[in-house]
Amino acid sequence: MSPANSRRTERKVERDPRPARLEVKKTYKLYIGGKFPRSESGRSYEVTDSKGKFLANAAWASRKDARDAVVAARKAYPGWSAATTYNRGQVLYRVAEVMEGRRAQFVDEVVAGEGITRSRAEKVVDEAIDRWVWYAGWSDKLAQVVGSTNPVAGPYFDFSIPEPTGVVAVIAPQQSSLLGLVSVVAPVIVGGNTAVVTSSYERPLPAITLSEVLATSDVPGGVVNILTGRVGDTAPWLAAHMDVNAIDLAGAAGDTEHATELELAAADNLKRVVRAPEAEPDWTQPPGLERMTAFLETKTVWHPMGV
Amino acid sequence: MAKFEYAPAPESRAIVDIASSYGLFIDGRFVDPVDGTPFKTVNPASEEVLAEVTAAGPADVDAAVKAARRAYERVWSRMPGRDRGKYLFRIARIIQERSRELAVLESIDNGKPIRESRDVDIPLVAAHFFYYAGWADKLAYAGLGPDPRPHGVAGQVIPWNFPLLMLSWKIAPALAAGNTVVLKPAETTPLTALAFADICQQADLPPGVVNIVTGAGETGRALVEHPDVDKVAFTGSTEVGKQIARSVAGTAKKATLELGGKAANIVFDDAPIDQAVEGIVNGIFFNQGHVCCAGSRLLVQESVYDEVLASLKRRLGTLRVGDPLDKNTDIGAINSAEQLARIRTLSEVGEAEGAERWSPPCELPDRGFWFPPTVFTGVSQAHRIAREEIFGPVLSVLTFRTPAEAVEKANNTPYGLSAGVWTEKGSRILWMSSRLRAGVVWANTFNRFDPTSPFGGYKESGYGREGGRHGLEAYLR
Repeated sequence: MSPANSRRTERKVERDPRPARLEVKKTYKLYIGGKFPRSESGRSYEVTDSKGKFLANAAWASRKDARDAVVAARKAYPGWSAATTYNRGQVLYRVAEVMEGRRAQFVDEVVAGEGITRSRAEKVVDEAIDRWVWYAGWSDKLAQVVGSTNPVAGPYFDFSIPEPTGVVAVIAPQQSSLLGLVSVVAPVIVGGNTAVVTSSYERPLPAITLSEVLATSDVPGGVVNILTGRVGDTAPWLAAHMDVNAIDLAGAAGDTEHATELELAAADNLKRVVRAPEAEPDWTQPPGLERMTAFLETKTVWHPMGV
Repeated sequence: MAKFEYAPAPESRAIVDIASSYGLFIDGRFVDPVDGTPFKTVNPASEEVLAEVTAAGPADVDAAVKAARRAYERVWSRMPGRDRGKYLFRIARIIQERSRELAVLESIDNGKPIRESRDVDIPLVAAHFFYYAGWADKLAYAGLGPDPRPHGVAGQVIPWNFPLLMLSWKIAPALAAGNTVVLKPAETTPLTALAFADICQQADLPPGVVNIVTGAGETGRALVEHPDVDKVAFTGSTEVGKQIARSVAGTAKKATLELGGKAANIVFDDAPIDQAVEGIVNGIFFNQGHVCCAGSRLLVQESVYDEVLASLKRRLGTLRVGDPLDKNTDIGAINSAEQLARIRTLSEVGEAEGAERWSPPCELPDRGFWFPPTVFTGVSQAHRIAREEIFGPVLSVLTFRTPAEAVEKANNTPYGLSAGVWTEKGSRILWMSSRLRAGVVWANTFNRFDPTSPFGGYKESGYGREGGRHGLEAYLR
């Protein structure tokens, strides 16, 4: 700061009679069906930064909220799964565009929540934005990479194409609150699924901001639904929900007992399960196809050939 | 249309040589059980006892898994893919050479018509081994990463409806990918799996690469739950599939499940009715309806309902039910007394719930397990015969008015294995195909299978695919 500037500031402090500006405090809510409702339970919990300093109150989702989110996801499914791959790719790219505009806010939240340096947080946010771009490009390529025409021994045209599994419950990573979150949400929706996501419990702010990004980009309401709060209050209900088709247990990393309970509940309607790793992976690594193909079904169609 | 009279044309049984009793095939040899117990397998067409086989106990299963582990570590995982492929090619050739014997044996133990075991099952078995043999040295090109690795030991449990075909769907991709296997055939149809063990010996397959443990549900459970099994593959009921999904929860085991179905076969008013009727018959009466992807719910557009039903009933009047070994037989025996009881129960429920039951006049043999081809009309979506898998020659007929209604009704089931669409309109076929939540859609055909063509279900019909490049994925990591 130049001497002239500091003098001016001093003068200002001395002379301005107005009190310091009162900050506008934000109320953090859930994201369900494209809207931002409070938890029906009326509960919230304190979110602190990595050093324990109060950051915000976040909504504490209940099992009813989880069920509402499943209803919203199911309602959004026909439209989203039937959207053209070109359209879905553009929508995902739009998420990256809108995130780019909020980059500074995401960096602040990652620094506060994850306790990493600003320069590392910037890299994490950049990687998260770029991950949307990476997945956006997959939407109209998946079918060519994982589909096939099948040379059957007979006069038939036979082809196999990937289709979305349906409604996917995503237990998002607890540690990597933004990059981990994007890395588990984007692959689910790029294939045409809709998602109900439980965010990191202790670090929910990037998920909340991401929901604002999703709401203001072109992602139709209900395609992604985000629940903050205790994972244990919502995940078991999602795992057992008969209208959920698959579940990603990434957020149960290292908690074998919890992951096993969720996998057991998921067996009731034979959900497709992506198991929890022993420890949370390094999300900066190239993601590969696995998280997309895990939530795709292969459909094979036969038709006779003849005149 | 009167039924043609044919003289009996039975296939000779002389070609098969069934032993009076069988041990377990472990580590390349037939061995006596450690804690297993004997049980009998019967010919469902005559109730004649065919042989005594062994229900493997936990110690037997353990011995089989140990043999498979040894073979995996010492031999099979180290063998170049090219040589694994050559063993599979050898096996495919031997199956072709012994195809008549295997077809007769399958029909005797299972009850299916020789026409089907001879023309469908066994040719597809050989084709499946041929197809996956070629993959063994090309795994890096399968689009599953540059260096895909096998899981290790695969525990495989198969059903009784296509005994040797299901064995080939399980064993061929597993071995091609470099896994070793322990396979449990169904309780009521162990004989062709035991004949396959003989084929493995004939092919000089290294001991322990394929192990066959016969038995019932308890043997299957011991295999699936064995801690040294890395990969579980199961074809069978959704109920058992869910138990398996629970049993592998919290373990590192991978599972693929091919389970039940309640397929809709949808006939539009512009469909060629004669062809559609053939497709309906093939859809539900092929293999006595013991087919997970059977077209057990016929959805007919209202405007052609009378015509389709009349034609269907006329056609059913010409089906020949009887001796599975007779080359003229269309519908053979129900596989077991237990299955027959289930078909009878559900058919009685169908009547009790108000659906109208019809069967063509047909004489059933005195001995054995038989059920006439049966059609239920006036079926509502709430009826149990429209919701539950009957797994027998029983067709439930429903109607619809619009394509959207057909899709709605077809998808109104927890299953999602297959579906059929009959229409002359190409755009409608593709529109329907994209909306039917089923793993296989047959348009203007039904019940077609090919080793290159991925097969498997949506929703509670299970997960994973068998056949094609997709089928390799289940056996690689």
